[in-house]
Amino acid sequence: MAVIDLANPTRFLRIVDRVLPWLAAATVLAFAFGLARAMHAPDDYQQGATVKIMFLHVPAAWLGMMGWGLMSLAALGTLVWRHPLADVAGKAAAPIGAAFTFICLVTGSLWGRPTWGTYWVWDARLTSVLVLFLLYLGVLALYWTAEDPGRGSRAAAILTLVGAVNIPIIKFSVDWWNTLHQPASILRMGGSAIDPAILWPLLIMAGAFTLLFFTLHLAAMRNEILRRRVRAMRLMQAQELGA
Amino acid sequence: MNLGPHADFIVAAYAVTVFAVAALVAWIILDHAAQRRILGDLEERGVTRRSQRKD
Repeated sequence: MAVIDLANPTRFLRIVDRVLPWLAAATVLAFAFGLARAMHAPDDYQQGATVKIMFLHVPAAWLGMMGWGLMSLAALGTLVWRHPLADVAGKAAAPIGAAFTFICLVTGSLWGRPTWGTYWVWDARLTSVLVLFLLYLGVLALYWTAEDPGRGSRAAAILTLVGAVNIPIIKFSVDWWNTLHQPASILRMGGSAIDPAILWPLLIMAGAFTLLFFTLHLAAMRNEILRRRVRAMRLMQAQELGA
Repeated sequence: MNLGPHADFIVAAYAVTVFAVAALVAWIILDHAAQRRILGDLEERGVTRRSQRKD
């Protein structure tokens, strides 16, 4: 089957119905394995057991940014090719990305208090992630409150592409400015600075969170396709009643 | 497992994450059930999409 065949919503729904249970099972298994490894990971020599918050905070941060990247690709599909499935993908990813960014902010704050002595500081990394969360809320407001869904989708796609500028700012904020947040310690030149006993559980948890993201995204896309069918049928019904 | 003097912060971080993920999962499952129910109701009343029509 060609990739282009996935662009047909009916065929897409059939594939999602088949794939989703396997993806959900893989997500549960990955979390069971990842959490077992995370709970048995050694304490950090400086931070002690609070390093366990990293197994939630870092994957949530990655997926908050990945969600916006995915939405940016979908926004291109909406604005350039006007493909309805691209719009469905963008709209379905927004609440999930917002939830992961929320988790990143809250767990980061709870990690910051014992390690830095404060829940919050207006440094470049923290502030740019807060901006990402507010951008997510802005996109959701456009999707959920627009009277004409087509106009709402186009406005959300434009905001998504404008907001994509924030992603490299988040990534490089710790290099460009003097921040309280630590510099990159995993994805950096010269390899990871984290001991393998902590790095491996982190990578497994990141894999589990990624599986969770795609499981939820496919399920939310399926819901959105069904919602559009409901809308189309109600419009047909209204037209028939008016005729 | 000893979570040390900052156990409250660790437990709170995991609790917030579980709550946020559970809320997201519940919302998606309930939304799916609602859309299926509405579609079923419309189909029962004989409403179809244009692409489903034979004539």
